[in-house]
Amino acid sequence: MSKAREAKAAKIRQLMETEGDAVNTSTSGFNEGRYQAVQTLDDYEGLKAEARAIKEDAIERLPDLLDQLRETIEENGGTMYIADDAADANRYIREVCEDKDAERVVKSKSMTSEEIEVNDELEAADVDVVETDLGEWVLQVADEAPSHIVAPAIHKSREAIADLFNETFEPDEPLQTAEELTMFARQQLGELIEGADVGMTGANFITADTGTMALVTSEGNARKTAVVPDTHVAVAGVEKVVPAVEDLQPFIELIGKSGTGQNITSYISLLTPPVESPTVDFDDPDTPITENETDRDFHLVLIDNGRLDMRDDEQLRETLYCIRCSACSNVCANFQHVGGHAFGGETYSGGIGTGWEAGVEGLDSAAEFNDLCTGCSRCTTACPVNIDIPWINTVVRDRVNRGEVSEVDWLVDGLTPDEEPGGVSLQKRFFGNFETAAKVGSTFAPVSNWVTQTSVSRNLMERFLGIDARRELPSFQRETLKDWFDARDSHVQNPTRTAVLYPDVYTNHVQVERGKAAVRTLEALGVDVVVPDVRSSGRAPLSQGMIATAEDHAHDVYAGLAEYIDEGRDIVVIEPSDLAMFDNEYEKFLSEKSFQRLSDSSFEVMEYVFGLLENGAPTDALESTDSEEVAYHSHCQQRTLGLEGYTEAVLADLGYDVATSDVECCGMAGSFGYKSEYYELSMDVGSELQGQFQTDETRNRTVVASGTSCLEQLDSLLRRPSRHPVELIAPRR
Amino acid sequence: MSTGTVATFEDSLERLEVGWTHTSSGELSTVLREVCDDPAVGVELPYDGVELPPWVNTDPTPADLRAANVGITAAGIAIADYGSVVVQGTPDGVEPVSLFGDLHVAVLRKSDIVSGMPEAFEWLGEEFRTGHDSAIIATGPSATADMGALVKGAHGPKDVHVVILDE
Ligand code: SF4
Repeated sequence: MSKAREAKAAKIRQLMETEGDAVNTSTSGFNEGRYQAVQTLDDYEGLKAEARAIKEDAIERLPDLLDQLRETIEENGGTMYIADDAADANRYIREVCEDKDAERVVKSKSMTSEEIEVNDELEAADVDVVETDLGEWVLQVADEAPSHIVAPAIHKSREAIADLFNETFEPDEPLQTAEELTMFARQQLGELIEGADVGMTGANFITADTGTMALVTSEGNARKTAVVPDTHVAVAGVEKVVPAVEDLQPFIELIGKSGTGQNITSYISLLTPPVESPTVDFDDPDTPITENETDRDFHLVLIDNGRLDMRDDEQLRETLYCIRCSACSNVCANFQHVGGHAFGGETYSGGIGTGWEAGVEGLDSAAEFNDLCTGCSRCTTACPVNIDIPWINTVVRDRVNRGEVSEVDWLVDGLTPDEEPGGVSLQKRFFGNFETAAKVGSTFAPVSNWVTQTSVSRNLMERFLGIDARRELPSFQRETLKDWFDARDSHVQNPTRTAVLYPDVYTNHVQVERGKAAVRTLEALGVDVVVPDVRSSGRAPLSQGMIATAEDHAHDVYAGLAEYIDEGRDIVVIEPSDLAMFDNEYEKFLSEKSFQRLSDSSFEVMEYVFGLLENGAPTDALESTDSEEVAYHSHCQQRTLGLEGYTEAVLADLGYDVATSDVECCGMAGSFGYKSEYYELSMDVGSELQGQFQTDETRNRTVVASGTSCLEQLDSLLRRPSRHPVELIAPRR
Repeated sequence: MSTGTVATFEDSLERLEVGWTHTSSGELSTVLREVCDDPAVGVELPYDGVELPPWVNTDPTPADLRAANVGITAAGIAIADYGSVVVQGTPDGVEPVSLFGDLHVAVLRKSDIVSGMPEAFEWLGEEFRTGHDSAIIATGPSATADMGALVKGAHGPKDVHVVILDE
C-alpha cells in the first residue's frame, strides 16, 4: 500500500478504535430518533419544501435582506457589522471587548466563532473566554476539536469525561455519574457566567423584519449568556438571515427532530436585542434587578468569509441553505463508525461539511477526507432543506481532481478513454473507467479471472491502484448478458407491454445470472424484451468525481435509449444506483425534456414486476413458495428513491416470508470497499448488516439484495451466498 | 381554543413529565403553595384580579435569584402540540426569574393555549412587530445529554410546573 494510503488507513483504524463506539451510540440514537420524531408531523415533506423555499428566497434576496436587517437593528438600538473574513471579524469583536474593559467573555452555541477562531484572538488580548455549552466546555478543558456540529463532544465517553474532570479539577469526591458531572459543570460555569462582562452567542436564524434572532438550545446557558452581562455579541454567517418572524416556524419544527431526534429542543430563544430584560449584576448582589441601570449594548457580527462567493457559485450555493441540524452526519454509515474527526476539515465535518469547508476554508481543507462520502444518498431525504449533499461532494471531488497535477499524467492520459484532466489519480481513473476494464475482463475470461487472482497481480493492483488484496474481485463472465440474449429466441406472443432491459456493466459482465433471470421473469409476465448495446450510466466516473466523463455517458445513454422510448418501450433497470442516475443526476446533464422522458420511462425491475402483477399478469407464471424465509437487504439509493417496498410486496405476494434489514448502508457503496484505505471501515460498517442477518431469526434465511455492491459485500460478510431477488422469482427454464 | 386543544396540551406535558394543575383565580394562592418550596421569586401576573401571594418575592435581587428554589412567571401562550410555554422577556424580569430557580412555575390562561407552531408564530410575529422584543419557547426543563446520559437542569430549571387558569 502506498504511504499516503497506509497513513489514511491507520488514522481511520485508530479513530474506529478510540472514538467509534461513543460516536456510534449517539449518532445511531439521533438517527433513530429522527425517524420517530418526523412521523409526528402531519406533512413532513410539505414542511421541508416550505423550509427550502424560504431559504432559496432568502439567499436569492440576501443583499436586500442584509440592508433591511441593518436598518432594523439600528432602529432597535444595536449595531450590525459585516465582516469580510475571519481576521476582520476577530478584530471587531476584540475591539468591542476592549471598549468594555472586558476580562471575561462567556460563549454559547457558536460554530461560526469556531470557524474564525475568535478565542485565540481574545486570549491574545488577555480576555478570558469560557465556553458554556457543556459539550464545548469539555472540549475546551480537554483542548480538543469538535467532532460533530450539534453534539461537539460525542466522541468522548462518560468515563473519559469523568477522568478529564477529576484530573483537571481534583474535586473532593471523584465525579462519576452523568448527573454528578453535569451538576459539577453547572456549578463551575454558573459562577463564570455570573462574573462575565460580555456574552457571546451564535444565531441559528435572524429575521430581517424585526431583527429577532433565534437560538436553538437545550441547556439554558445561551439564555444566561444573553441576559446576564450587559453586552451581547452575536456572531453568525450572513446566510442566517430570513425575511420575517413567521418564516421561523418550519425550521423550529424541523431542526430538533432532524438533528437529535428531539421533538423540539428545551429552549428556542427568540431575542430582539438589546433585550428589555434587566441585567443581573452579581457584583452588586443586593440591589433589586429592576433597579439596575439596564443599559444594554448589542453587536451583531455577520461573517461573509467566502459565503457571498458561494452564493454566486451555482454548485455550492445550496450549501447556504443548510441549517446545521446534523441529520446528514447522523444518517451517514461512515460517520456513524468513525465520527467527524475522520471527515477532516478545519471546522465543519460530516455530510455537508465538505461544502462548508470548500466555501469557507478552500479546497485543500475540503479535499482531505471528502472521499468518505460514498454517494449512497441516504442524507438527501434526511436533510430538512432537501440539499443534494452527495452532489456537492461530487462537485468538490471533481474540483479537487482538477486542482491536482500528478506525475503519471502522461502515462494515463493515453490509456483511459475519459474526459478528465491530468490530475485524476490512477486509482480514481481505474474505478471511473470500470466499463473498459469489464469489457476486457469478459473478453479474456476465464483467463482474466485467473490472472487477476494471482498474488503477483493482487500485489501490483494494491500498489498501483490501491485495490485491497483482502477484497475478492468480481469474476467476469465470458458470455455477457448481451451475448446470451442475442443467441436465443425470444418470442412473446401478443405482448402486454414492451421493454428494454438496461444492461448495466455488472449485469452484463459479472452478475449475468440476474440479468437472465430478469429477462425470463419479464417474458413470463408477457413483456416483449430487448437488450440493446448501451453505454454504462456513468455512475462509476461520477463517484470518482469525474463529472465530465459522467456527463458524456449520460448523453450516450440517452441517445441509445431515446428511440426505444419513442417506440413506447419501458426502460427496466436492475442496478439501483443506475436508476438513481436516471432519476437524479441526469437532471444536471441532460436537457430538461430528455431528462424527464428518460426518468418517466424508467423502472426498477421489481417495481416493474409489481406493476405487471397489479395489472393482472399471472402470478403463477413465477416461482412461488409456501413458506421460504428470505432476508432482504435493499440498497441505499433504492431506499432513498422509496422503492424497497416493491420487492417486499412482490416476494410476499409469491408466498415468501421476508425480513428486511434497516441498516443505512452495507458499507460497500461501489468502489469504496475495494480501496485499500477504506477496506477496514467498509467491513466495520458492514458488521451491522452482518449482525442483522445472523440473529436466531435470520441466520437460516435465504439472502437477497438489490445492488451489486451490496451483493458483493454480503458475500464477504456471510457464509451463505446471496442473490438478486429477481433470481428467486424467475421461472426456472 | 377547544377542549381538544387543552387535552392535547395536557398529553404533551405528560410526555415531557411536566406537572400541571387547573385552578381558578381565587384558588391560585393555594395551588402555588402546594407546588412551591421557599424561597420563591416571581413577577406579578398580568391577569385582571390575579395576584401572587405575599410569600413570593416579586422584587428580587441577584442574591435572591441565586438562592431561589422557585421562579413564578406568566406565560404569554402555550403550544398544545409541543407542551411548550412561551415566556416573554419583560423589564420586570420574567426571563431571569424563570431561569435561575430549580423549578419554573408558569401560569397561563386556558384561553391562551394555541394548537400548534403555525398559530404560535402568527401570534409571535404580531407581538414582535408591535413592541415585545423577546420570548422563549420553553419545552420542559433544561436538559443535556453531553455527559453520557440525559440529565435535567444543565443550566436552567430542573423542573417545570404549569398552572392553567380556568376562566
Ligand atoms: S445539510 Fe441538511 S441535513 Fe446536513 S446539517 Fe445542513 S440542513 Fe442538516
